[in-house]
Amino acid sequence: MIINGAQILIECLKREGVEVMFGYPGGQVLPLFDKIYDSDIRFILTRHEQGAAHAADGYARATGKPGVCISTSGPGATNLVTGIATAYMDSIPMIAISGQVKTTLIGNDAFQEADVTGITRPITKHNYLVKDAKDVARIVREAFHIATTGRPGPVLIDLPSDVQLQETEFIWPEEVNIRSYKPTYFGHPGQIKKAVKLITQAKKPILYIGGGVITSGAHAELRELAEKIQAPVTWTLMGIGAFPATHKLSLGMLGMHGTAYANHSIMDSDLIIAVGSRFDDRVTGRLDAFAPNAKVIHIDIDPSSISKNVNVDIPIVGDAKNVLGQILEEIKKVPDTASWLKAVAELKRKHPLRYYEKEKIAPQYVVEQIDEITRGEAIITTEVGQNQMWAAQWYKYMHPRSFISSGGLGTMGFGFPAAMGAKLGCPEKIVIDIAGDGSIQMNIQELATCVCNKIHVKVAILNNSYLGMVRQWQELFYKKRYSQVCITSPDFVKLAESYGAVGIRITKKEEVRPAIEKALATDNVVFMDFHIEPEENVFPMVPAGEAINRLIVGGLA
Amino acid sequence: MKHIISVLVENKPGVLARVAGLFSARGYNIASLAVSETLEPEISNMTIVVQAEDEKILEQIKKQLNKLIDVITITDFTKKEHVERELILAKVDYSAKNKAKLDNVIGKYVAKIAQRKADTAIIEIVGEQVQIKQILEELGQFGIKELIRTGKIAMTF
Repeated sequence: MIINGAQILIECLKREGVEVMFGYPGGQVLPLFDKIYDSDIRFILTRHEQGAAHAADGYARATGKPGVCISTSGPGATNLVTGIATAYMDSIPMIAISGQVKTTLIGNDAFQEADVTGITRPITKHNYLVKDAKDVARIVREAFHIATTGRPGPVLIDLPSDVQLQETEFIWPEEVNIRSYKPTYFGHPGQIKKAVKLITQAKKPILYIGGGVITSGAHAELRELAEKIQAPVTWTLMGIGAFPATHKLSLGMLGMHGTAYANHSIMDSDLIIAVGSRFDDRVTGRLDAFAPNAKVIHIDIDPSSISKNVNVDIPIVGDAKNVLGQILEEIKKVPDTASWLKAVAELKRKHPLRYYEKEKIAPQYVVEQIDEITRGEAIITTEVGQNQMWAAQWYKYMHPRSFISSGGLGTMGFGFPAAMGAKLGCPEKIVIDIAGDGSIQMNIQELATCVCNKIHVKVAILNNSYLGMVRQWQELFYKKRYSQVCITSPDFVKLAESYGAVGIRITKKEEVRPAIEKALATDNVVFMDFHIEPEENVFPMVPAGEAINRLIVGGLA
Repeated sequence: MKHIISVLVENKPGVLARVAGLFSARGYNIASLAVSETLEPEISNMTIVVQAEDEKILEQIKKQLNKLIDVITITDFTKKEHVERELILAKVDYSAKNKAKLDNVIGKYVAKIAQRKADTAIIEIVGEQVQIKQILEELGQFGIKELIRTGKIAMTF
């Protein structure tokens, strides 16, 4: 079959099982969009390329399948950059396709030319500049393979317009073989034995889990191990949902805004079993004071994550699901953790997660109500800042892939387009973006995309008229000198209505629950504008650079 | 401390940029870098001398390099028996007053006059770091006008 490069790309996407792609057309992708016109893959025209990248990311996080986004060359591609970097930091499988000027014009500073493979090199797992249509099929196949295997990540394909038009024989490569890329999936048996020995001897073990558990689908094995060895479980922001929040062994999130009992527990532990987590600075706090008496078993598919920040006693490179399975098979004797669990329970009783209601609506109450009404069954996406932390702390996530948030890069403006992608991937689920009044304005243009494609996500804006997290830091560490954090917003109700969506303003506590119920019953996109306590802080909080058991817990001001 | 690592990579456009970009993005220092084709033309060899204060940083460098899709293998020569060499070109004043003394210095090392024009000569020197350091010190007395080094290359059995 002789077809052009653009058609080959579409054929390959179909064979890779792509159901939906997000993007925006432009001059250097005209041949590609001409083929998209005939294709039966659903195409969602976003209102900004950044929205397309985050939507593809949200789709990938919700479904586990790779997300696909498409832009033109130059500014189209640079608009994808934040979305690609977001996916890279959180190891999300994504295929980004950008148009490029003709191969004969590359390097000539042509109209809408940018060195996109150069720009995205440090924020992609791999990228390609395609110079011949004969390579398109192999490259697409490799791109999907690389994006979805090992530690997943975004792969960019830069496709010049003349290559899109170049005709060649289409041959689908049945196999992918990249000699330099062979991820390790099973743990070394010797290391497994050593790990099991440590686990058996431990008196105060703790499971510290991250996004890798969700990526690998290891939640069932994780639960089995936790219950078998009776070890409490704490998680990173990315690990939320991997272990049911209501389980008696659950400690919630740890780190800068983690629960006090999670932080105290890991500091007191004698064995940390880290699974698919990377000892990020937001988790460890002051590194030399972190869990001084603990031995560390670190399970990760990426060898470079191991011993990067914390010295590890037993490194195990492999896929979390496989390795946990290997450990479960090997364990014969279980440690006696009864007195440890008693101590942990005491910490829980002594340092509960709490908030104090003031004059205006407490944002934590809003999140709690969303949780109660949806019974932990919704997909929650977040923006970045206070809204993200309250969403992480006060919603009880029961399932993997139910919490979608930009953890590593911390991208404001992520949650709304990500919600759109998640809803397309899981149409039967309730999808709610918990947002701030700052973040929501960063990609608010996607309201048009949602309304026009009937992607009925709900947005809960925790509106405090501040860039709340920065304000909180300025309050606590910069003597309340509020520099550039007071923001004005449009009337979100009218704004939603002008786009054809529904807006609800909520200013009193008693209006919170009815508003959420109404939003969920409404067959449309709904913006809920919650006017919350303006100077409410996220607590507990570990000041940057402090040991994580030195928490500020807050109280009634 | 300096370490020599040899990296076999796919000989594709952009690979050098990937490797160099990784070093700069993660704040590692490259002391020298030598790149060439191998016996298999689709594979290139990069000999990189890295400045790493401790083992942990060196480990990270190797792991991060390994993550690049185009990197095939990495050899760390630090604890391995190996042969290492560097080639140097040095431009010196080769006028009558220096000639005899310079010839004497050159005679002691694996070095020769590569080319001479009027009173100036380009000397070619091959050796390990110790010898190169020594000859450069000796040549320094006569004033080196220009110096170019290839960076180390290394090979093991």
